[in-house]
Amino acid sequence: MHATFAALADPNRLRIIELLRSGPKPVNDLVAELDVTQPQVSKHLRVLRDAGLVDVEAKAQQRLYELRPDGLKKLHAWVEQYRALWDARLDAMDELVSELVREEKNRGRKKH
Amino acid sequence: MDERSTETNGNAQKDKTSMQLEGDRDIVISRTFDAPARIVFDAWTKPEFVKRWWAPSSLCVRIVEVTADVRVGGAYRYVIAHGDNPPMGFSGEYLVVDRPQKLVYTQVFEPMADAGAVVVTVTFDEKDGRTKLVSHERYPSAEAREGALSSGMEHGMRDTMNQLDALVRELR
Repeated sequence: MHATFAALADPNRLRIIELLRSGPKPVNDLVAELDVTQPQVSKHLRVLRDAGLVDVEAKAQQRLYELRPDGLKKLHAWVEQYRALWDARLDAMDELVSELVREEKNRGRKKH
Repeated sequence: MDERSTETNGNAQKDKTSMQLEGDRDIVISRTFDAPARIVFDAWTKPEFVKRWWAPSSLCVRIVEVTADVRVGGAYRYVIAHGDNPPMGFSGEYLVVDRPQKLVYTQVFEPMADAGAVVVTVTFDEKDGRTKLVSHERYPSAEAREGALSSGMEHGMRDTMNQLDALVRELR
């Protein structure tokens, strides 16, 4: 997963992923949207391809770049397990907090 | 919120815990509790309470030890164990203790102490009797954050991960 994280740590590459969400695009479309040169965009695309996030397809004289959903799914699954860890912790904490609130209310009633 | 962050809060109604990755070193977790901030703050910090939630049984880890001297410069240590593996400790020092609004502390995962300390800033924002807790973790490096994200594996979720992997292969 290291390559995936490293690939997405760069704002331009993350932007490329966002742009490709709407469908496959040639490199020039990406250059037009980003404030970087064509060789730079090509370099970013190479990193994204190496990370398994983007694929290239030759179509009618041009090369179209597209997202690889499996790469993104894997990243999502990876990140999701940390969220699941915290979700389990905070579910347990929520239960504890409700109990503490109830105890406090009971104590309050006894006082009166 | 940083527009480059990666939103991973699936179904907002079902999953009440939200998590976002910001930049390449930060993880932000948040959750709202139906309780005043002082109760949420105590639940987060007091050892007898931490024992109740920090290693929930669903994660197949048990909590072995919790000590916390919750004051500026004070130290804490949480130790968990998973099966027959040697116990693993998380420890650090409190940098800011502003009960019940704010808490800042360092956190070192002892088996990987060389990776450096995470700085955790926790805010407790109370409004109309409800408290929004935000835990902002800043890792010493992108690699350290990646290590933490993969720690779900150490919490008995390896099977889930394998299932997801299989699913991903099927979808290909």
